[in-house]
Amino acid sequence: MELDFVLIQALSGLASASSLFVIASGLTIVFGVTRIVNFAHGSFYMLGAYAAVTIVPWLLEFDRSPTLFFAGVIASALVVGMLGVVMEVLLLRRIYKVPELFQLLATFGVVLIVQDLVLLAWGPVDIAGPRAPGLRHGVYILDQRFPAYELFLIFVGPAVLALLWLLMHRTRFGVLIRAATQDREMVGALGVNQAMLFTGTLFLGAALAGLGGALQIPRVSANAHMDLSVITEAFVVTVIGGMGSVPGAFLAALLIGLLQAFGVLVFPKITLVLAFLLMAVVLVVKPWGLLGKPDVASGRAVLPEGILDPRPLDRFGKVLAGVAVLALLALPLLDDYSVKVGTEVLIFALAAFSLNFLVGNGGIVSFGHAAYFGLGAYGAGMLVTKAGLSMEPALLAAPIAGGAAAALFGFFVVRLSGIYLAMLTMAFAQIAYAVVFQWVEVTGGDNGIVGVWPSRWAASREVYLYLTAALSIAAILFLTRVIRAPFGATLRAARDSAARADAIGIDVRTHRWLGFILAGAAAGLAGGLYAFSKGSIDPTLLSIPLSVDFLSMILLGGIQSVFGPLAGAAAFHAVKDQLMPLTDHWRLLLGLAIIAMVLAFPRGLAGLRRRAA
Amino acid sequence: MAERVLEVSGLSAGYGPAEVLFGVALHLDRGEVAALMGRNGAGKSTTMKAIMGLLTPRAGSVRFAGQDIAGLAPYRIARLGLGYVPEDRRIFTDLSVMENLEVGRRAAPAGRAAWTAERLFEIFPNLAEMRHRRASAMSGGEQQMLTIARTLMGNPEAVLLDEPSEGLAPVIVEQMAEAVLRMKAEGIAVLVSEQDLDFAAAVADRALILEKGQVRWEGPIATLEADEDVRRTYLTV
Repeated sequence: MELDFVLIQALSGLASASSLFVIASGLTIVFGVTRIVNFAHGSFYMLGAYAAVTIVPWLLEFDRSPTLFFAGVIASALVVGMLGVVMEVLLLRRIYKVPELFQLLATFGVVLIVQDLVLLAWGPVDIAGPRAPGLRHGVYILDQRFPAYELFLIFVGPAVLALLWLLMHRTRFGVLIRAATQDREMVGALGVNQAMLFTGTLFLGAALAGLGGALQIPRVSANAHMDLSVITEAFVVTVIGGMGSVPGAFLAALLIGLLQAFGVLVFPKITLVLAFLLMAVVLVVKPWGLLGKPDVASGRAVLPEGILDPRPLDRFGKVLAGVAVLALLALPLLDDYSVKVGTEVLIFALAAFSLNFLVGNGGIVSFGHAAYFGLGAYGAGMLVTKAGLSMEPALLAAPIAGGAAAALFGFFVVRLSGIYLAMLTMAFAQIAYAVVFQWVEVTGGDNGIVGVWPSRWAASREVYLYLTAALSIAAILFLTRVIRAPFGATLRAARDSAARADAIGIDVRTHRWLGFILAGAAAGLAGGLYAFSKGSIDPTLLSIPLSVDFLSMILLGGIQSVFGPLAGAAAFHAVKDQLMPLTDHWRLLLGLAIIAMVLAFPRGLAGLRRRAA
Repeated sequence: MAERVLEVSGLSAGYGPAEVLFGVALHLDRGEVAALMGRNGAGKSTTMKAIMGLLTPRAGSVRFAGQDIAGLAPYRIARLGLGYVPEDRRIFTDLSVMENLEVGRRAAPAGRAAWTAERLFEIFPNLAEMRHRRASAMSGGEQQMLTIARTLMGNPEAVLLDEPSEGLAPVIVEQMAEAVLRMKAEGIAVLVSEQDLDFAAAVADRALILEKGQVRWEGPIATLEADEDVRRTYLTV
């Protein structure tokens, strides 16, 4: 490699590191003070870009000057900051004390709502922004042309870091933020109104995300997919840097920016995988990130109460289960549509049950369970379409694919706990999604693969329903046996207190790893069944929204009960199937429903929290 | 009769299913120092947390400066002029000494001289020498001084001081006692929880003894010192 080439590559790495830091700094500050991992941070970033492509061209009409361009960028950031205030006052204020799982879900509800609102306000077409006056030219560095705007971006990150440092160390607001990051209750006992502090923090955090988005408009068009792509990267940066640490975020952004700039030369398509590898290595060596502190993340309830009483069903429950199974078997008496929905309900029931095996029984909050579902689907689908095998071996391969992925990812996941664990599962799922999405030659990319059909004997919808019923119910019964076995009890012990389980000689990590693999395999089987029921596979089967659907199912059904998630899956899927064709704003409705579900849990959670305090 | 600053009656509180306080009744007069005594687990810290609003009282009334404060948010209670020094100190270890004091700073009520860092350094000379040091690099005794100084920066009328002598070297304990007396001299009422009778006797006018979540004995500290029976029943281990 030539020196000039290396230099240019390094500069573009620094430019993206700088942009990434601006966004991640807001996320980490908000987490530090409020302890909420704000999914909607990516939405603020997207809103910053949309605000800028609206405000900046309007300002440039008056005068195409750099001053007005940057005035527009700052104005966009401030507007988004105000939206952060709105979110704090309307939503976050009510959920500071609920378990982390609910907080994550509630902020994801905001993501869904914002996605639909953005489409309503700006339409589905990407909007290109103006280029920055005065920074449109190229600068020659060692005979290589480098865009002046990128060069400018390189300085934005350090400038923001310096300004944040001044804010944090030279103003009362900053000192209070740092104090609250460590012990917000004590800050309150000293007479500081936390509500004001939190509102101010959300303003700052959202404004930084908005600034990050607004600064991107000369480089990328504002589009409706910006939110989830950036939030994953921002999560990775904050986790590597240590959640709550601004200098840590800077360091991590630098590492990732440079890693991607040079990694793209070696592995052009899997730069995300490199970032993930870095994260996995850092978390294994330093579980709280480079500059993070364990006290920031620990000591909080991640979960509401999980499964407490795994006893067999009472007589009423048995009758209910029997009626449900008979009703499913009788579906062919109705129509084809009912058979299709019944098949899907069975598949999602298995997926949700396997997730609650982790969440309710194991206390392992997986935010990326769709990864194992999707990889099972791809494993089965690709065996049929690419390797020419028939359905039977492909269905056998589905749980193996899901289980193998869970074994690989789970090896790292079980080393963490709480919010770090949840974020790592989500990061892994995003990696799997990115690989499937980008590896077009093998996976068909965004279009997926068609022609995943069952064997001839199972080709009719009715037979396939019975096949699905047999396999799903067998898998569910098997997992139920595991829950009731000593292995299941051991997982519950580790869930209730990992330290105490450890102290009586339980190998918590290995048990959790095995549980993770088992759940992944079950989800993989569900995915395989789903592939053949649809006849096709595509990357949405691994996406975050599907993971959130699974979580919604188990919450709806109740994670305290063994069989509740089955009812939750049935209810959720039936409602979704009925409502989705009727509305253009399914995400808006789902987002509102998730938030309503989280807010409607107050009593039980309050009791739990008191015990945790 | 002396003016009541703090008046607690029928105060019950606990953690989850565990009840700790069963109708605590106590009061604090303006400018006096009262010692809240009792064995480990008697409910001393819980009483203070419940008064301060860090734990929501389940029953009972808490009146401070003429207002009912039971159920108010801690920051509102602090703003009314009630200071709280937690037993585990809860210093902001990432912050410097001066920054810790800044977090506690609140304007003084009209007509009273505000505490400043410099005035506090007169009481705690050790702190003056390390004003820009990170609190994580301070000894336990220095942190204890800082946590008291931090609360005084809020210019409180009364202070709940939870176990200030716990785990400290004798020479530091002496300084703590002097600090409490200095607070008294400034007209601040102090409720100090304490297991050590010597410390209590050195600073307090009056003692209250908690046992199983109720106040079981109350009287002048001199009486307690003289009464072997009471001490044996409620204090000695």
